[in-house]
This record gives sequence, C-alpha cells and structure tokens, in this order.
Amino acid sequence: MSKKSPVNRRGFLTGAAAAAGASLAIRPPVAMGQQVALKPESSGSNIEVTSNQRPGADFMTDVIKSLGIEYCAANPGSSFRGLQESLITYGKNSNPEWLTCCHEESSAAMAHGYAKIEGKPMMIMAHGTVGLQHASMAIYNAYCDRVPIFIVAGNILDVNYRRGNAEWVHSVQDAAAMVRDYTKWDDNPVTLNHFAESAVRAYKIAMTPPYEPVVIVADGALQEEPIAEKNLRIPKLAMSAPPQGETAAIKEAARLLIAAENPIIVAGRVARTPKGVELLIELAETLQARVVDQRLRMNFPTRHPLATRGSLNAADVILSLETQDLWSSLFTQTGLNKFGMESHPSTKAGMKLINISAVELSHKSNYQDFGRYLEADLSITGDPEATLPELIEEVKRALTADRKRALEQRGTQIAEANKKARDRDRELALVAWDASPISTARMAAELWGQIKNEDWSLVSTDNFQSAWPGRLWDFTKHYQYIGGQGGAGIGYGAPAAVGAALANKKHGRLTVNIQCDGDLNYAPAVLWTAAHHRIPYLTLMHNNRAYHQERMYLQMMGNKFDRLPDSNVGTALVDPNIDYASIAKGYGMHAEGPVSDPKELGPAIQRGIERVKAGEPAFIDVVTQPR
Amino acid sequence: MRLLLLVLLSFATAFAQNKATGNVENGKKLFTHNGCFQCHGTQGQGGAAGARLNGTKLTLPVFTAILRNPPPSNMPPYRAKIMSDQEVADVYAYIQTFPPPPPLASVPLLKE
Repeated sequence: MSKKSPVNRRGFLTGAAAAAGASLAIRPPVAMGQQVALKPESSGSNIEVTSNQRPGADFMTDVIKSLGIEYCAANPGSSFRGLQESLITYGKNSNPEWLTCCHEESSAAMAHGYAKIEGKPMMIMAHGTVGLQHASMAIYNAYCDRVPIFIVAGNILDVNYRRGNAEWVHSVQDAAAMVRDYTKWDDNPVTLNHFAESAVRAYKIAMTPPYEPVVIVADGALQEEPIAEKNLRIPKLAMSAPPQGETAAIKEAARLLIAAENPIIVAGRVARTPKGVELLIELAETLQARVVDQRLRMNFPTRHPLATRGSLNAADVILSLETQDLWSSLFTQTGLNKFGMESHPSTKAGMKLINISAVELSHKSNYQDFGRYLEADLSITGDPEATLPELIEEVKRALTADRKRALEQRGTQIAEANKKARDRDRELALVAWDASPISTARMAAELWGQIKNEDWSLVSTDNFQSAWPGRLWDFTKHYQYIGGQGGAGIGYGAPAAVGAALANKKHGRLTVNIQCDGDLNYAPAVLWTAAHHRIPYLTLMHNNRAYHQERMYLQMMGNKFDRLPDSNVGTALVDPNIDYASIAKGYGMHAEGPVSDPKELGPAIQRGIERVKAGEPAFIDVVTQPR
Repeated sequence: MRLLLLVLLSFATAFAQNKATGNVENGKKLFTHNGCFQCHGTQGQGGAAGARLNGTKLTLPVFTAILRNPPPSNMPPYRAKIMSDQEVADVYAYIQTFPPPPPLASVPLLKE
C-alpha cells in the first residue's frame, strides 16, 4: 500500500485546490503540479500520497493500448483528467497519441473521417454530459454512416467523489443514455477488470459489420484512485468474422442476376476495405452489369466502363448492396398534397429487387436512419463485402458459355454509352468556364490537374459541387473517396477531413479537401488542430456564401403559395463576407484568398500543394458558384 | 409524359416564338432576385440542383410553361402572380446573353 495521509478524497481535493491557489502567484501551473507531487508532506495540506502505486487510469491505458488505437481526440475535461494524464505520461503519448481538439464535435468527426481511411476506430474522450452533448451530432453522423468510433466518456458516479458545482453538473446517472439511440453498445464499468472486459467487447462490437460507434464510461474515481484490484487482466480480442449471406439465397441471387437482361448493381456502403472495390469490379465484370455507385464510399472506379449514373428505371433486376434510401430511386413522389406525398413505382413492371445488407442487424427504433421499407424479392442479411466472394463464385459457376457471350455484348454497349456520358460531362464542365464566381466544375478540374499524377485522396463529399470530382476525376483506389456525413449533419466536413488526412499522413498520400463554407463555420478551430499536429492536407473552400440548399427550400416554400420570398434572409453568408483565409491564417495555417478569378486558381493550388508536400496544412479560399 | 408534350410543343412553336423580346437588364435583375441562379448558376450552367439554361433550345412558350408548372422535381413554380409573362420574357432574354462555352479542345484541363 502507499503512504497515505489520514484524509479522505474530498479532503485531498480541497487541499490541492488550496495549494494551487497559493502557488499561482509565484509559479506557472506545471511547476505547481510538480510541487504537489514531489513534496506532499512538507506542504502541510491534506494531500493523498500515492506515489508508490499506479492509478487505475494506468491500467485503462494498458487496455486501450491493447486495442491498437493510434489516436485519442479530445477537448480536455476534469472527468477524464486521470486517464488523460495516464495516456500522456504512463502511455508516453503514443498509441494512442493525444490530439488536442477545441470542440467535442470536432473530436468525433475527426474520428469519423479517420476510420473511413484507416478502417479502424479512433478513440475520443468527452465529459459524460456537456462533452457528449457537444459530440452528439457527429456521433449520430458516424452512426448513420456505419463508422466505428471508440468513445470514452468521463463521469463521476459516486457523489462522494464530486468536487464542487462543476463536477455535479458534469455528472450523470447514465452517461451513455443521451447517445444510446445512435451508438451500437455502451457500458458503465464499476471495476477495472470490468473496464477491461467492456472495452475489449466494445471494440469488437464496433468493428463487427455494420460498424458503429460504441461508448465506455470511465468513472472518475476508478481512473484516479490507486489500483486496488487483484488479478487484473485484459481479455483477448477475438474479432468476429463479418456476417455473410446464406448460401441458398446467394445461389438464387446469382440465378436472377445471370438471367437478367438489364441488371443494375447499386452500391451504397460496400467497400469497407480495398478488397471490396476489387470484389465489386469482379462481380460487375463477370455479369457485365451496370454499377450505380451512391458514392457513400469509394466502391467502384468512376471511369470503369460499367460505371453508370442515373435512372434505375430500365433494370429488370436490381442488386442493392447496403444502399441508402434506395426507395427514392425506385419510386416517384408527387409534391405535397393533402394526402402527404403520393408515390408511384418508377421502375419497370416485374423488376426483381435483391437486397444484401447487414444494417438490419443493428436497427433501432427512435431515429429513422433505416429509411423507407424496401419490398425486396430476395433479402439477404449479410455484409456485402463478406458476401460478394460467394456470390461471384456462384455466378461464375452457373454462367454458361453462351450466356457469357451475350453478356459481353451487353458490356460493350454499356461501355459505349458510358464513354458518351463522360464526354458529355466534359462538355458540360465548359459552361461558365471563365465565370466569376468560379464554377464548381472549373474548381474540380483545376484541382484534378494538379493532383492526378500524385497518390491522392479526396476526403470530402462532392455532393455539394454537382459531383464534379466524381464526374471528371479518375477514382480507382479505396482511399480516394470516403463519402459524406451519413446523417446529413453539417459541421462534419472540416473535422472529418482533418481525421482522414491524419490517417493518410503515414501512407504519404496527398490529401485534398473541398470544404463547404457553411460547414466550416460550425467549429473552425479544427484548423488549429491540423496546424498544431502538422497534419498535411490542402483545403479548397467552396465558398458560395450561403446555405444554398436551404435557400432553394425557401424559394420553393414561398413559390408554392405564389409569394416570392427573400431567400437571402437567414441563408446568405454575406454582409460582411467572411474572410476564410484570414481565419485559417489565424489558426496557424498557410492560406490564400479569396480567389474569384478562375485564372488565378491553378497557381494558388500549386502553391498550396507545395506547402502540403512540405508537411503542413494549406488553405485556399475559392469564391464559387452555388453548386 | 408532361415533359414530352412540352418538348413536342416546343417544336410546333419553335419558328414563330424563338426570338426573345424581353428586357435583358430587367431579366438579369430577376434572374438573381427571384432565385434562378441558385440552382442554375450565374451563367445558366446548371448542375445537380438545376437544369442547364446556357444555350437552351427551349422556346419562350415552352420555357414559360415549364416555369409556371414544372415537372416533378425541386424546381419551384413561378406562376403569373409572382412573375408576369413580361418578366419571364425578360429572364428568357437574359438567358440568351450567357456566353457560350469555349471549345473542348481549347481547355487542356479537360482532356482525359
């Protein structure tokens, strides 16, 4: 046992606070902390001396290290100060390395972006109350996007350990309750062995498809008190094989797909790993079937001859692979009327729908991310990437030579149509080529011109730029595109880009981010986090100076009733225009702009990339067209 | 189907109505003030949210018909109460002034 002064913990805290107050006038806080640690008895205060022992947080650190977690993103907080200190000192601030965040929403969204590149969770920490409240939208995004995050929430459950008002208002009976609707699992361990078992279990659950965030509550007393438990051990992490579709159902799917005259594969969140891209290519080429990529991940090369955009109306068989809101592509809805919205099938009569997805394994009730019910003809519960090998094998086995020849002919026709569509896109990109504000097509083309010979990764969605990167760039690798928010929660883009760029850093990839202005304004201090941690990536602001989607909604709401709204009210980000380059500079980043002349954009991007290649983040504010 | 009818109508009236008679300056003002640019872009380039208007082949009557009663989409209706026929003609006239795109061959960035 350690030497202990005869006081309880509350006494220790009071004494520490008093000592701190007394020291402030003559020493900086770091020296003050050292004084408390090194000369506890001579201070005369009621300080608990535990120098011969280790705090519980050290064991928690061992547990976290055992999971192979590389980073911990957090805004510091008293409810997890013990664990923070252990990670930094005992854990040597390595695996995980602490990432200083200025907002918990940034922490969670950084973890979101990181996981989509690296394929495993980042840890975040937050107060069980105000911290999780800040982080909750970003956690919801990750949940909807089927992305794992390892969340550790600090909390002080025992009233006897709470120090004053701040810790009372930061404490909660059931910390994870607030995010339980949109996390996959949580626990509130009461011993260190319990923490170890639950942390390992949580990691395993988060990383079993469908991936989702998980929460472990780290009790403040458990972190800070000396380890008293005997026989501490960390359970073995045995990862589960992902759920795979049932063999008979896969055979039936193969039969339907081979017999189809015009099958279309719709890819939602298929490729969890680079292997997923390869498998989808193999399936599509074996069937010579069109692939419509919903671009929620990088599932399929954008210039592949079978890559298709547009309508599913002509399909006789649709293979839906963990899609999002496929219903809206299968039905046409009228405008609102007194019956709500009427819907009519937009697909061919007799079309057969095959749905392969693991998401229904973790459906919850409250939040409606599951979307409209899909009336599938064949529904297979399984992770698409895990199920594709057997489906491919079955298709190859059942494919006759005659049928194979017919499919090849179909493939040639699809390839010709796709070439025309790509040429058409390039023609469309020319419209407003020299316009100012700069067209989103021009911005995408200028950026592509500078990165196409690099090992690049686009870490932002292209939804807000009329999908120009997807239409003009040659996406082939898994890490070159990571989709978007998941839950359509704005504020994701800036921090997710930083997390993704961090994951790309060790692989030496050139990370680029097209950043919406509305999104950056939620928590711009993540730019400082990127600068502070020397995370190299290039940001191009898509500065259209408005919340344009909402601007269009306003227009529609007014026009519907024959009144013309001023759609700038509440949506335009002007008067004054926001100087994003100055903001980025203020956070310590190389920045240029605003760039309004399209002829100046290419050189600015070039200068930015030079800075990124030197290992720092760079930022260019581009004044753009709305979409 | 409705769109198809509109297209057929456009052929029927193409020769008689294809000349813009509106006020370009007023059309420019309305194009911005009434929100057209939000989806169609300041030079009518279009995009994910709106159709391309730059170089449109639609005649004024067809353009007006679509504006008044758009096919199912995100396009808001602009009926006569909020945009008179003359104002629609003004916008139509302004659209005709959008600069045409440069030839593809002149833009190396768009070569595949």
